[in-house]
Amino acid sequence: MTSTEVAVTISVDGNDVAVPEGSTILDACTAAGVETPTICYGPNLTPVNACRVCVVELEGSRTLVPSCSRPVEEGMVVSTDSDRVNHSRKMVLEFLGSGVDLSEADELNEWSAKYGAQPDRYENPERMNEEIKIQDDLYVRDYDKCVLCYKCVSACGDDAQHTYAISMSGRGFGARIATEFDVTLPDSACVYCGNCVAVCPTNALQFKTEFDLRQVANWRPEDQTVTTTVCSYCGVGCNLELHTQDERIVKVTSPDDHSVTWGNLCIKGRFGWQYVHGDTDG
Amino acid sequence: MADLHFTDAIANDGERNAIDLALGENSALTIEGERIVRGGASRRRGLRHLLLPALHALQKESGWISPGGLNYLSEVLQVPPAESYGVASFYEMFRVDTEPGHDDDVVHVCIDPACRIDGADDLIASLEAEGKHVHRSPCLGQCERPPAVFIQGRKRPDVVPADDDAFVLPQAGDDSLRLLQRIGVVDPTSLDSYREHGGYEALTKALELGADGVLAAISDSGLSGRGGAAFPTGIKWTAVRDADGDQKHIVANCDESEPGTFKDRMVMEHDPFALIEAMTIAAVTTGATNGWIYIRGEYPQATGRLENAIMASRDAGLLGEDVAGSGKEFHLEVRRGAGAYICGEETALFNSLEGFRGEPRNKPPFPTTNGLFDQPTVINNPETLLNVLPIVLDGAAAYRSIGTERSPGTRLFCVSGRVGAPGLYEHAFGATLGEIIEAAGGASGEVQAVLLGGAAGSFVTSDSMDLPLTLEATREAGTTLGSGVVMVFNTDDDMADICQRIAEFFKNESCGQCVPCRVGAIRQHEMIVAIGHKPMPDEKRVLHEDMVQVMADASICGLGHTAASAIKSALALGLIGANQ
Amino acid sequence: MFGAGGGTSSYTEIEETDLIVLWGSNARNAHPIFFHHLLKGIDNGAKMFAVDPRRTSSAKFADVWLGLNLGSDVALANGIGREIIAAGLANKEFIAHSTQGFEAYKENVEPYTLEFTSQLTGLPEDAIRELAHDYATAESAQILWTLGITEHHNAVDNVLALCSLALLTGHIGRWGSGLVPLRGQNNVQGGGDMGSLPNKLPGFQNIDDDAARGKFEATWGVDLNPVPGKHLTLMFEAMERGEIKAAYVLGENPADSEADIQHARKLLSGLDLLVVQDIFMTRTAEMADVVLPASVAWAESDGTVTSSERRVQRVRAAVPPPGEARHDVDILFDLASRMGHDWGTPDPEQLWDELRSLSPMHLGMSWDRLEETGGLQWPCPALDHPGSPFLHGWLWADDLEGREPAPFIPVVHQGPKEELTEEFPLRLTTGRALDSYNTGVQSGGFSSPIRYGDALDMHETDAQRLGLNDGDMALVSSPRGSVEMRIRIDDSLVEGLTFTTFHFPDLVDTNVLTTDAWDKKSGTAEFKAASIRVEPLVAAEA
Repeated sequence: MTSTEVAVTISVDGNDVAVPEGSTILDACTAAGVETPTICYGPNLTPVNACRVCVVELEGSRTLVPSCSRPVEEGMVVSTDSDRVNHSRKMVLEFLGSGVDLSEADELNEWSAKYGAQPDRYENPERMNEEIKIQDDLYVRDYDKCVLCYKCVSACGDDAQHTYAISMSGRGFGARIATEFDVTLPDSACVYCGNCVAVCPTNALQFKTEFDLRQVANWRPEDQTVTTTVCSYCGVGCNLELHTQDERIVKVTSPDDHSVTWGNLCIKGRFGWQYVHGDTDG
Repeated sequence: MADLHFTDAIANDGERNAIDLALGENSALTIEGERIVRGGASRRRGLRHLLLPALHALQKESGWISPGGLNYLSEVLQVPPAESYGVASFYEMFRVDTEPGHDDDVVHVCIDPACRIDGADDLIASLEAEGKHVHRSPCLGQCERPPAVFIQGRKRPDVVPADDDAFVLPQAGDDSLRLLQRIGVVDPTSLDSYREHGGYEALTKALELGADGVLAAISDSGLSGRGGAAFPTGIKWTAVRDADGDQKHIVANCDESEPGTFKDRMVMEHDPFALIEAMTIAAVTTGATNGWIYIRGEYPQATGRLENAIMASRDAGLLGEDVAGSGKEFHLEVRRGAGAYICGEETALFNSLEGFRGEPRNKPPFPTTNGLFDQPTVINNPETLLNVLPIVLDGAAAYRSIGTERSPGTRLFCVSGRVGAPGLYEHAFGATLGEIIEAAGGASGEVQAVLLGGAAGSFVTSDSMDLPLTLEATREAGTTLGSGVVMVFNTDDDMADICQRIAEFFKNESCGQCVPCRVGAIRQHEMIVAIGHKPMPDEKRVLHEDMVQVMADASICGLGHTAASAIKSALALGLIGANQ
Repeated sequence: MFGAGGGTSSYTEIEETDLIVLWGSNARNAHPIFFHHLLKGIDNGAKMFAVDPRRTSSAKFADVWLGLNLGSDVALANGIGREIIAAGLANKEFIAHSTQGFEAYKENVEPYTLEFTSQLTGLPEDAIRELAHDYATAESAQILWTLGITEHHNAVDNVLALCSLALLTGHIGRWGSGLVPLRGQNNVQGGGDMGSLPNKLPGFQNIDDDAARGKFEATWGVDLNPVPGKHLTLMFEAMERGEIKAAYVLGENPADSEADIQHARKLLSGLDLLVVQDIFMTRTAEMADVVLPASVAWAESDGTVTSSERRVQRVRAAVPPPGEARHDVDILFDLASRMGHDWGTPDPEQLWDELRSLSPMHLGMSWDRLEETGGLQWPCPALDHPGSPFLHGWLWADDLEGREPAPFIPVVHQGPKEELTEEFPLRLTTGRALDSYNTGVQSGGFSSPIRYGDALDMHETDAQRLGLNDGDMALVSSPRGSVEMRIRIDDSLVEGLTFTTFHFPDLVDTNVLTTDAWDKKSGTAEFKAASIRVEPLVAAEA
């Protein structure tokens, strides 16, 4: 916090914490050292507060409030560990587990264990039941793993790319992320920037390189190193994080907190590295 | 503003003409010669709100949202086709499927409680036997005349067959009526007739009182919102008057969709000028220059009468650049919804009107500062607005002379189900549930349950006949007045079936945005279907309690907060799931 | 024109500017992540004009697209300048305090009335007036350009004409206002900063400035040639005259990328010695006598690059170079050693520190600071200096920080070098696709679902006139040669204008068509305006 910013003080679980004006309750929780589960929140995205797993109890509010989007106001009194809060977090995670394939959503599963979610409490629950979509050599879309967090829609749309190739469609439990009339991605407006894949919290969206390695049980995040460098394709100076495994690049991301990219890349930066290993498309 | 990219599908001439007609002067990209194109962000911002009207036009022309038609309207409005599709697929009245039957009228038949206990199934069976394209619809707002039917015309106007029947207001001619005094008396198509019955006197008075005078009267009257949340109207109007903003809006929330509710339709159909006058008072008081009537798509007669009344008022100088010679500006437009219960939630309504999916916004910020188009907005239910007229004319003290201290004035009740004379009734706050049912011809058969406040309300039993229907008494009794629904069931009615339908209603109407509601609503439905007529095991009761709590605590909007309340009350009262 | 060459503004500034004029740039495709910043500006309420002969994917985001005649940029800029002056919207105070040469400028633009400008540019007068008035009256405004401005025979004139508009209105040297050339390659800026220019030493110090050159001579212990060298186009001319007989090419592929490519290839093959140091066996490398395999700078070696916003950032090795490939620096040092100079074995940080000691604008950028900050923007003259988000703030200082006022430099409209003729009646311009890069040697490495290959894009009416349909093959000829190309109908073009990319030289030798008319001031070739003829190829009827 720089000296010119106005500080707002709120109470988090009984401890006062001062954060800059315009911060969210989530920021204040983080500043207070309180860990908060999030799914639909992204540091480079406008909060949509749809998942509701980050809710906290705010004194004076009838309902719980989403910490990711609620701006702090002086004197707020927030509880993050009350029975109501823990109950809602557990139920949100349990609801998701009851209908979605969370097998590759490691962080979500950690939260589910922590809050004691029991997704098997439901009898014959309707599930997403989506076929995996592989329509090109770059992306895999497995909407059976989709928790409808809107992050891919925001990254494709207002928050970064402004391409709007995908949107939420339908309603209720039938809502799905889709192109118009579900046309294939190559037929859609998609420009393959990969910014949707980068923000997906459950691996419903994956790069084909990761998917292929997973298929042969050779995706080993613990053996990967990440090196930050600069993209070579134009003069903008986008920082790239090269994820390497066995001396090969297996994935490219960008830092969320760098003022050039804010985590976003274009097709060249995201996928244009194959030549480093002598690969050509022919 | 986007990388607009279109599939190869091309609109046919009919589709282009229909969309052009709906969009009027906005129907083409302004190309000044081929060297200048005005597009981009400003066009997109400026025209997005025409998406719903364009989709309506396409649906009517083609019987569905065809890929070619979608491409065309998306290009004209500069809306990405994926987003147009996302919006179209949100609404009940737009088809995006490729199943056959695009050429037919769609006969919507209501399957919600009042209609399902009164012949909906039989009617559907016979219509389907005739080869009609039937759509099983949520409540159509005609609960006083079940089973309700609405015909969505293909290349012809939509119609409600029952609109041809003679209109009966049970309390017609009762001088004590405040809100319904003109209904069934005045000619709803005539401004002269409206004026002969006291119309536009309140506007004259409001201009005399000035904004401060009107705001004082509304605040002193204790008027609170009649849509369900009962927020004090004076506070809302004052906040908008005080808000900074180049442009402010008055929105009438006429997306009446709460099962069991039909009051707004009756008011709009039979006293449309009153709504317009009240909105005009709101405008001149708060400084709003734009007004919008967002009306549900299944109300063709009310839509037509409002449009007629707006034209007549505009022609008479009561709307437009100079309202009644006051020098104040107020432009009013009608916008049709397209079948989505959630759009009755005020922020979802804003999104819908702006051309986005009807998903609620998180609050705060509130509409008084960040409403329609992110500008300060008064949004009221028609019944709330109707109350403004007697308050302005007669003053707060006179208004408070009936009702209770905390619930002053009168309330409209939509009485339906097993009663002698279903219909719309006006009663002073404080009349008991028993009195209200008696006034509607009394219960037919032995009362098993009464649904108070709509599907988002709760059940009570005959034990509650002495409950005074005020905000405070119902709250204390753990129930709600909601939108004024009183729906009576007798011992012949199958409450398991009714509850399954209520659970299905919320499953279908959840917008899908937040997890507690999207998943909670379907899990509740699955559970209630599984229970059927059987007793509810304890662990399932615990599970339902858990679901009720997360939906009430953590959902974004009122739909999720209340989606389990009727079922919860039915379980508590033993109407379903009881140990036999 | 005001000293060091670099974009005046930070990316963040465009998010807060009031008016964006994107001129001869398809940043949506060529600089996609910069365009994100521009989009934030639009979302925040900025109005955007796009000036481009094509209605590019960038232009589609603009409030107003102005499709001017190819090569009429100076005319439009002068017309805008005249209108700003005539309407009394020039910033008189700024002009008086911070500039010189206004009267000559005013006189020069006087003939460019709206009517005359409209004739030259093909744009309606209203649109020109709107752009002029909006630019002059905006609180803050940026003009941005790319190769649509600079790949012309009068490239420098184009840039000067735009600079004058900023001086006329004071849209320079302030947060949110500026002149922004977007760099096409990841270290074009850095290359220039490091002295890879015929007349410059690192830090834009002139080679013919004895004091500046003296510092380098003292550090390196050698005498340096004070005479400016040749830029690329002059080198080729010198090859033609036989004055240059050997070339050492590092990471360039001139045998594919030069305009009028057949001529360039002939000159390269006529050299006594051609050495190519590259990561690919490019067409140029195939012609070389010696090929030195290099490593991939951004993924296999450590160092710095400098972006369009003058931000110096670290690149780091993530994987080892394959086979016999070696780091560029190692190759150069070994070569020096074979020639009898021991340059030692400095690591990248030591090399950087030497640069800092010689280039004042880099002095404050220690290796540690670059690591910590994620990059610093020059000038950064001291360790406690935060770097410079924008340039030319001195224009607003009371004393101009002791500098000379910025000069207006009058320029006149010339139009493209190559006239349209009956024989070659269509204009050809070139550009970049989103998923591809230059001659395609890098971007060809991945399978892009949105790649359609090089085609000749043309207006539907032109195609119809020629009896061509979308997808047909045609023979495309310029005064320099012919190639076969697939035809694509594209609504972003106006009649008479055609467009192609240059990413697939193996498929289509686009630069066979382009002209080698070049700008005497910058050495840039006119890739953007050739004259061509298109004839249907009688396909073998299957």
